[in-house]
Amino acid sequence: MTRLFYDLRVRAVLYQVLAVLGVVSLGWYLASNVSQKLADQNIATGFAFLGREAGFVISTSLIDYKPTDSFARALLTGVLNTIFVSTLAVVFATIIGLLVGVARLSANPLLRALAFVYVEALRNVPLLLYLFLWYGLIVTTLPPVREAIELAPHVFISNSGVTIPAMNWTPAHTKVLLALVAGAVLSLAVRRRMVATRVATGVERRVWPWVLLALLGPALVALLVFQPEITIDYPEKGRFRLTGGAHLKPEFTALLMGLTLSASAGIAETVRSGILSVNRGQWDASRSLGLDRRLALRLVVLPQALRVIIPPLTSAYLSLFKNSSLATAIGYPDLVLVTNTTMNQTGQAIEGIAIMMLVYLGISLIISLFMNWYNARVALKER
Amino acid sequence: MKKYKALGLVAGVGIALGLGMVVSAPAHAQATLDAVKKRGKVLCGVSPVAAGFSYADNKGVRRGFDQDVCRAVSAAVFGDPDKVESIPLSTNVRFQGLQSGEVDLLSRQTTWTFTRDNSLGLDFGPIVFYDGQGIMVPAKLNVKSAGELGSAVVCVLPGTTTQQNLEDYFRPRNIKYEAVVFENSDEWRNAYFTGRCDAITTDRSDLASVRAVAPDPKAHVILPETISKEPLAPVVRQNDANWRDIVSWSFYAMVAAEELKITQANVDTFLTSKDPEVQRLLGVNGDFGKMLGLDNKWAYNVIKGVGNYAEIFNKNVGPDTPIGLTRGPNKLWTEGGLLYSPPFR
Repeated sequence: MTRLFYDLRVRAVLYQVLAVLGVVSLGWYLASNVSQKLADQNIATGFAFLGREAGFVISTSLIDYKPTDSFARALLTGVLNTIFVSTLAVVFATIIGLLVGVARLSANPLLRALAFVYVEALRNVPLLLYLFLWYGLIVTTLPPVREAIELAPHVFISNSGVTIPAMNWTPAHTKVLLALVAGAVLSLAVRRRMVATRVATGVERRVWPWVLLALLGPALVALLVFQPEITIDYPEKGRFRLTGGAHLKPEFTALLMGLTLSASAGIAETVRSGILSVNRGQWDASRSLGLDRRLALRLVVLPQALRVIIPPLTSAYLSLFKNSSLATAIGYPDLVLVTNTTMNQTGQAIEGIAIMMLVYLGISLIISLFMNWYNARVALKER
Repeated sequence: MKKYKALGLVAGVGIALGLGMVVSAPAHAQATLDAVKKRGKVLCGVSPVAAGFSYADNKGVRRGFDQDVCRAVSAAVFGDPDKVESIPLSTNVRFQGLQSGEVDLLSRQTTWTFTRDNSLGLDFGPIVFYDGQGIMVPAKLNVKSAGELGSAVVCVLPGTTTQQNLEDYFRPRNIKYEAVVFENSDEWRNAYFTGRCDAITTDRSDLASVRAVAPDPKAHVILPETISKEPLAPVVRQNDANWRDIVSWSFYAMVAAEELKITQANVDTFLTSKDPEVQRLLGVNGDFGKMLGLDNKWAYNVIKGVGNYAEIFNKNVGPDTPIGLTRGPNKLWTEGGLLYSPPFR
C-alpha cells in the first residue's frame, strides 16, 4: 500500500484527481449556497426573464431590434455592438500600429521622434480618460445638430456625429458586393499562381492586368446581371435632427478612436521589438542580394519578426476586446450597457453578470484559438 | 472614474453573493435594528449627486430631502439625527447594495413598482414623494408638448423606470425617437447641456435639480406632460418587518407632525398638550416606542432633530430653493394632496 503511494505515477494521478474534486466541490458549494441565499431573500432567480419583453430602446443596432423584442434579443444586440466596434478597432489598430512601429525604427529622425511621442502619449494614459477626452471634444467643440456645419454639399458634421448621403441598399447591391468579395479572393489566387509560375519558369509576364481582371470582373458581370438601382438618400434638416443618409454617432466614433489609438501604441511597440529581434545579419544578407530597405523589411525581416510579434499581439487584441466594455461610460450600447439595463429592470444581477462573463470568456477563447492557430502557422518549422 | 467604481461594485456584489457572503441578511426579528444600534449609525444608500435630494454641500456635508428621511430614522433610533453614514449608490447598483447588506435602507429617489417589490427580495416603505416623469427641452426649441418630439434624441439614465416609461408613452402615440443612455449622471446632464440630445427625461423633481445646475436655468422648460406615476419611497430588505416599521413610522411621524402643526421649533411646547394623539405621538403617554423597540421619545426626537414634512420639503426642494418645486400632490390630504399618515393610535 505504501509502495503504491510512493509510486510517482500513482501520485501524479492522485493529485490531479484531488485537485479536480476540490474545484468541483467548491463550485458546487458556491452554486448551491447562492441559490439558497437568493431563495431565502426572496430574490427572483433563473433565466426566464430572457424571454420577456425588453421595453427599452437601443440607440445603435446591427440587427433589427425593437423595444417589443425580448431581453435575449436586446443582449444579442449588445454583443454584436461589442464585436463590431472591437473588430474595427483591431483592424485599424493593427494597421496604425504596424506603421508607427516601423516608423519608430525609421532612419528619418523627425519621423522617429513623432512616432516616439505618439507611442508614449497614448501608452501612458488610462483609456477611460481618453474616451472622456475624445467624447468631450466631439460633443463640446462641435455645434449642436441644428447648427450643423455643412462640410461639403449634403455632408453635415455636428456634435451628434457625421451625416452623409447614403445609397439606398437593396438585395441586388448585396449580390454585387458578394461578387466583389469573390473577385478579391480570386485575384489573390491568380496573383499567387502567376508568381509561382514566374519563380518556377523564370519567364517574366505582366501580372497586374490579370489580377485587376480577376478583381473587378465578377463585380462587373454582377452589375450587368442584377442591375442594382442607384438612388441616393440625402440627409435633410428636420425639426430636431438630420433625417436620412448615413449617420456616424459620436459615442461610436469616440469609442472606436479611443480603442484604436490606445491599442495601436501597444502594437507599435510589439512590432518594433519584433523587428529588432531579427538578427542584424538578415538585413545585411538581404542587402547583399540587392534588396532595398523596403523589400528587405517586407520579404525577409517582417516574416521572421511575426514569430515574436504574434503572441503579444494576441494579448493586445484580447485586452482591446475587453476594454470595449468602457463604452458604457460614454453611452455606446455595448454588451455591458445593455446588460446593466437588463439587470436593473429584472433585478437579476447574478444572471446578468454570468451572461456577461460567458460572452467575454467565449469570445476571448475564440480570439486566442485563432491567434494560436496563426502563430503555429508562422512559427519556425522544424523538419 | 465613477463608472469604474460602479462596475466594480456590481462585480464585487456579484462575487460577494457568489461567495455566499450574504452574511448581513439577518433572520430574526429586530436584527437590523440590533445591528444598527451596535454599529452606532444608520447606513443609508443615497443618490451620488441630486441637487435638493442628496448632495454634498460646500463643507462636504450631505444634505437634501432623501438625506432627511435617513436622518429621521437616525433620530428615532439614536435620538440624534446625525448618526447617518451616507453611501452614494448609482441607479445601477442600488438594489444590490441593499440586498447584500451594504446599506440598511435606500432613500434614493426610488420608484415603487410591482416588479421591484416582488422580485428583488425588498420591501418599500411609505411614499415620501409623489413624483411623475417629465421631459425637459431647451426653451429655444420652442416645443410646447411631448407630442412634438418626433425624431428627437432623448438623454436617459440606465436602470431606471424612465427608460421603459418613455417607450410606453411614445409607442402607442407612434412617435419615433432615439435614446442615448448614460451610465454616469454627470455625462448624462452634460450631453443634454451641450446639445447632443434635444431633450432629457427623468422624474420631474429630478428635472428641477438638473435645471438648477444648468448654465442658464431659464433656458430650459419642463414640458407639461407627466408621462408616468413615480411614487418615490425608501426601500428596506424584506425579511425584517420591525426595521420596515421603524423606517415607515419615522416618516409618518413627520407627516403627522405637519398635520398637528408641530414644528421643529415649537415641539417642546406640545409636550404639555392636552390632545391625546399628540401625547401618544410625542411619547408623553403610552408606550409606542417600546412597540418599535425604540425609546419612547422617538417621534419627539424625529421632529426635534429633523422637523415636520413641510419643513424638510421647503428647506430642500421648496419654492424658495434653487430647485423651486411646489408641493403639488405632496400636500397633506386635508389640503387636497395625497400625504396621509395612518393614525397614531
